[in-house]
Amino acid sequence: MNYLQHLGHSTLKSLAKLGRASLFFYTIITALPYVLMRPKLLIKQMFSVGVLSFWLIIISGLFVGMVIGLQGVYTLSTYGAEGSLGIMVAASLVRELGPVISALLFAGRAGSALTAEIGLMKTTEQLSGMEMMAIDPIKYIIAPRFLAGFLSLPLLALLFSSLGILGGHLTGVELLHVDVGSYWVQMQSAIDFYDDIVNGIIKSVIFAWIISWIALFEGYDALPTSAGISSATTRTVVNSAFAILFFDLLLTAIMFGSA
Amino acid sequence: MISIRNLTFSRGEQKIFDNISLDIMPHKITAIMGPSGAGKTTLLKLIGGQLIPDTGSITVDGKNIHQLSRAQLYTLRKKMGMLFQSGALLSDMSVFDNIAFPIREHTQLPENIIHTLVLLKLNAVGLRGARHLMPSELSGGMARRVAMARAIALDPEVIMYDEPFTGQDPISLGVLVRLIQTLNKTLQLTSIIVSHDVEETTSIADYIYVLSQGQIAGQGTPKELAESDSEWVQQFMHGKADGPVPFHYPCDSFTADLLAH
Amino acid sequence: MNKKSTEILVGLFVCIGIAALFFMALQVSNFQALQNKASYTITANFENISGLKDEALVSMAGVPIGRVSNIQFNADDYNAIVSMRIDQQYANLPTDTSASIYTAGLLGEKYIGLTAGGMDEFLTEGSIIELTQSSLILEELISQFLFSSSDK
Repeated sequence: MNYLQHLGHSTLKSLAKLGRASLFFYTIITALPYVLMRPKLLIKQMFSVGVLSFWLIIISGLFVGMVIGLQGVYTLSTYGAEGSLGIMVAASLVRELGPVISALLFAGRAGSALTAEIGLMKTTEQLSGMEMMAIDPIKYIIAPRFLAGFLSLPLLALLFSSLGILGGHLTGVELLHVDVGSYWVQMQSAIDFYDDIVNGIIKSVIFAWIISWIALFEGYDALPTSAGISSATTRTVVNSAFAILFFDLLLTAIMFGSA
Repeated sequence: MISIRNLTFSRGEQKIFDNISLDIMPHKITAIMGPSGAGKTTLLKLIGGQLIPDTGSITVDGKNIHQLSRAQLYTLRKKMGMLFQSGALLSDMSVFDNIAFPIREHTQLPENIIHTLVLLKLNAVGLRGARHLMPSELSGGMARRVAMARAIALDPEVIMYDEPFTGQDPISLGVLVRLIQTLNKTLQLTSIIVSHDVEETTSIADYIYVLSQGQIAGQGTPKELAESDSEWVQQFMHGKADGPVPFHYPCDSFTADLLAH
Repeated sequence: MNKKSTEILVGLFVCIGIAALFFMALQVSNFQALQNKASYTITANFENISGLKDEALVSMAGVPIGRVSNIQFNADDYNAIVSMRIDQQYANLPTDTSASIYTAGLLGEKYIGLTAGGMDEFLTEGSIIELTQSSLILEELISQFLFSSSDK
């Protein structure tokens, strides 16, 4: 009986939180036109959300690509199909690893920072203070960060995949002497712009939306104490990771399931 | 100027205010006093329209603020300044930009006029020299003075102070007390101070409401309150350890507690 | 970090991101829109196209000259109608050109191979290739082989 009550309680609590999160998202959307009229706010956030994640993404992409290059050659050479290395590297990066890994890294690097920043602003009454100055913190603080996250991650994911493909070239072609022609030509003939690349971009756009939403909401909804901020930050990373993996499965099933 | 009628507000099961009514006179300093946890900050947030009461009304300037649309509420808030306990300065801007912020957001003034305005406000709180500092470089007292300058940036009619004296050394305390008084006089403000620091508050307040357990326990000028015949008010105003507010958190008798084990 | 360098770095970031998109489009994939070459479309009826997909290669003598643009089922004669987009520069295909479906390698992708005929007239937009050979289906081949060997 106790267990049942506990279950009911936590269900109601989660539903209430989902409701608050949806309202929060709605107010962000209504505030977006304001951000477009104030590009300076957006640029500042693009810097801290996008540019500061740049090296992390670039280096991770390069290394992931190099590892796939190595592993790919070892596996494919069993079948004498090293020529297909380009397809393997590009397809896995463009469809899956690029959007997913860059989203996970982005949640850890930028998402957690957003939550902590907003949570701290709430704790130090900066958000209330703004409201009392008749300045809407959703417009001034939250919406620019949302838009910055939404725009940055797809660009970062593209960079991740590009660097990964170059990394595969480094290990596969330069180090293990896969034929450079077949690496690129087979890749080009097998990867379709719309089916693979555009779908990959759609994935990262959806991940960007989820991460920015979760991170900002957790910060905005955090208990205004140091323990509250730390648990909100943890929740951002954990919930974003789950959401990314779940939506990846869903999107993959929709996009590539029929082919 | 501000009148509160039959206000009830509860958080969860707990009633923070139970049917209270009070008036705040224009151009005077009104103090709301009470022990920690009496809901003093909550009252300011209710007046600012950040929280919504269960029942009752709060009218500012003749307008019931909980019936205003969002846009009307924001217009009204431009007439209100609020000083938060922590100062609530925006941590990514310098002192100068913090004060310029509400002016830049709400007016179309050219930058050189904003510059002059900000310096005037900073001069009023004696921190013209600190304009290039970042909020993290300020002491607690200075942060509060900067916040004061920001609160008066838009020339409000009402200014609300949330615990302005808490945690200040004697010198900044003296500065703050004097500032609140002079700002009130020179700018013809209506000031509301929420505080539990009896000495400083009574020295400048024109009228005081003492809150306890969701009710108004006493009200009057500082002099009237000091001579109040309510035991509770006496205990609060003179800081006695025991009295109607017991020293012990409510519990069974000590012997019963000991014998229970 | 002053305002100007922030703005410059953000601008650079966006440029590099867009450069990555172009890299993807031109270097990694078979993006057509930018290299929007003039082309003409011809069709062919196949009895069986199993495994042929949209965007599969159309080649002649091993050289890619176009792609499959559309595959439809013809309910009248139960055949498949395959439309092919052929680059305009290969406009001199004889009208008696034949089309077959091949497999690249043992397990690779299906593609269409065209073999030129000897007529003087050329295929144009909307022309139909009459001579077609369906794709080889491994199972059919194996069963044919088994039956013919058991007959002996």
